[in-house]
Amino acid sequence: MTHRGSRVLHIGSLARVEGEGALYLRMDGAEVAEARLAIYEPPRFFEAFLRGRSYTEPPDITSRVCGICPVAYQLSACRAIEDACGVVVEGQLAALRRLLYCGEWIESQTLHIHLLHAPDFLGCDSFIDMARTRRADVERGLRLKQAGNAILELLGGRAIHPVNVRLGGFHRIPTTNELRPLAERLRRARDDAAETVRWVAGFEFPDAGCDNDLFALSEPGTYAIESGTPTVMAAPHTAGLPPESDRALPTRAFGVHDFGVHVTESQVPHSTALHSLLDDRRHLTGSLARYAISGRWLSPIALQAAHDAGLGDPRQGTVCRNPFRSIIVRAVEVLYAADEALRIIDAYEPPPRPYADVPSRAGTGHGATEAPRGLLYHRYTLDSEGTVTDAGLVPPTAQNLGAVEEDLRRIVQERLGDGDPTDAELTTLCERAIRNHDPCISCSAHFLDLTVDRT
Amino acid sequence: MAASDRPKLAVWKFASCDGCQLTLLDCEDELLGIAERVEISHFLEASSADAPGPYDLSLVEGSVTTQQDVDRIQHIRAVSKRLVTIGACATAGGVQALRNYADVADFQTAVYARPDYIETLATSTPISAHVPVDFELRGCPIDRGQLVEVITAYLAERKPDVPAHSVCFECKQRGTVCVTVAHGTPCLGPVTHAGCGAICPAYGRGCYGCFGPSNSTNFPSFIPLLRRDGMDTLDVVRVLRTFNTAAPEFDAASRKELEG
Ligand code: SF4
Ligand code: SF4
Repeated sequence: MTHRGSRVLHIGSLARVEGEGALYLRMDGAEVAEARLAIYEPPRFFEAFLRGRSYTEPPDITSRVCGICPVAYQLSACRAIEDACGVVVEGQLAALRRLLYCGEWIESQTLHIHLLHAPDFLGCDSFIDMARTRRADVERGLRLKQAGNAILELLGGRAIHPVNVRLGGFHRIPTTNELRPLAERLRRARDDAAETVRWVAGFEFPDAGCDNDLFALSEPGTYAIESGTPTVMAAPHTAGLPPESDRALPTRAFGVHDFGVHVTESQVPHSTALHSLLDDRRHLTGSLARYAISGRWLSPIALQAAHDAGLGDPRQGTVCRNPFRSIIVRAVEVLYAADEALRIIDAYEPPPRPYADVPSRAGTGHGATEAPRGLLYHRYTLDSEGTVTDAGLVPPTAQNLGAVEEDLRRIVQERLGDGDPTDAELTTLCERAIRNHDPCISCSAHFLDLTVDRT
Repeated sequence: MAASDRPKLAVWKFASCDGCQLTLLDCEDELLGIAERVEISHFLEASSADAPGPYDLSLVEGSVTTQQDVDRIQHIRAVSKRLVTIGACATAGGVQALRNYADVADFQTAVYARPDYIETLATSTPISAHVPVDFELRGCPIDRGQLVEVITAYLAERKPDVPAHSVCFECKQRGTVCVTVAHGTPCLGPVTHAGCGAICPAYGRGCYGCFGPSNSTNFPSFIPLLRRDGMDTLDVVRVLRTFNTAAPEFDAASRKELEG
């Protein structure tokens, strides 16, 4: 058997993700000895400069961690600070928060599906390239995105870094009449979303699986988005099953207050993002995890679309562990979010006040919500004056890094089993594997530098 | 037009949240039209196609926070005919410029167990601190309409029509009742650059300055207004030291405030 000597390969840049990163692969003969996804987005030190700010400020400030999912940051911050202050926002104000979040889900997931991820399946460089032959699909995506942005603009003031979120609720709440035109647009969006599920379900999917624990919020009765209990579904190997197994496995849950006990972060020399483990094991958050844990609570129209798209029926305990198929799960989530937004608008009755009072008090609070890319946790400690003395943010991408590295290692290993791939083939494969997980590297950190060491 | 005849557009990222480049992707109605008029030569968030320069127009997002960034922006300037910065990070250092008031080593220790693994500069600086910039578009994030205007203007080789007055002016245009006059809500509108369309007052809150200082600020007469409406020294310093903290006018006013 012949082996190539040691070899270094650079992919100049990982495109169609948010943030900057590099990939290092070390091969030992025909074995992948190591796969490291390095994040070299420069650190921005949010946790440090939040200290000394007023407790009313983190929702506006932390939204600037990520322009792609600012609502996730705003609402995780609100929940954590309200928790510290002993306030729970309920009723129509909670429903409006969920509506705002549905807008972000529609916008962000559609961006990923149509503009960033679909080109991989169709052999295009970009959506612009894709628009030459599939203009109607791109236009449908842009229309859907616009519908998500319309919710954000009406309820939040603008689509990126909305201004209308505050502790306890909103600065200003919409009238029933203001929401009505949104409903018109969302009905169209629901049709577009259903069409998108059919479109992506027709792509070709490699066989693959992910052998990680899945981690998402759950809230019996509803598909958890803006609140819920952290819940873990065991990895297939724990039950002696193959990684691509579509059987739901047992789950366990813990209070959000215990997040830090279960999810521990450690720093690795190759990355400015911290790596985390859940009870000492790799875990994956995001669409696949949510669908596994909350799938049965999808609305009938989303369940039917998932079933027709070949994802199985989550009410019968089917889950999807193929990262390539995450694009279908995302499309189902967009359909759900459009449907859910319509339900909220139909049931809307303006609450008497735009926000609940949140008087400050000393203490520590915890909050977690489902960002489009996965579970986002915030923790704040306040003093009796309401000044933040300590802050902790755990973004989904940082949690997913270990699982994404394992995914890369497995995929490259399988490819090596089929013969000696060229560097270009490996690069394409790795980039696709990374985009499956929609990593938002900005939240810790646009470049993938692939280095392959073959010895 | 054949690809080679079209002007080449590049979009670059430094330390930032990606929100300003997302604004370009959020121009749903104009996006495919823009993509037909220009050749998108480098835009990593949107495309894996990556064509070498020189570029006719470079849009730069984010602030300079590492030594590599310092080298990279020089290179980008060298290969760009026009260079336009987009957003508060690129024009004023961004929220990450809050480190400029602190010992960056303390920041590293607060976030990382092994700060020695982290490479960073002690400051976060705007692009104009390093290279000449043709135009700075304000906002955290930038406004979609203004972005389309800037791109169109540069393609037509004219100056962008982006007004430099304050947010108060936009409140009047929008017909919003002044939140300061009507409710005594502190509002940074009088000293903040127009561009957003005066969103915050329309939503019942004071402007928090996300478009940075307007072209004529009069802090000595403005700060007493904030005080009248209930802000103490620390509140005033905090609101000036947020998303445009390294903008010279906001920086000077916040220092003066602390010195008393
Ligand atoms: S609300 Fe603010 S921005 Fe509007 S007019 Fe009053 S002070 Fe100016
Ligand atoms: S009113 Fe002020 S803070 Fe609000 S969006 Fe406009 S410039 Fe930003």
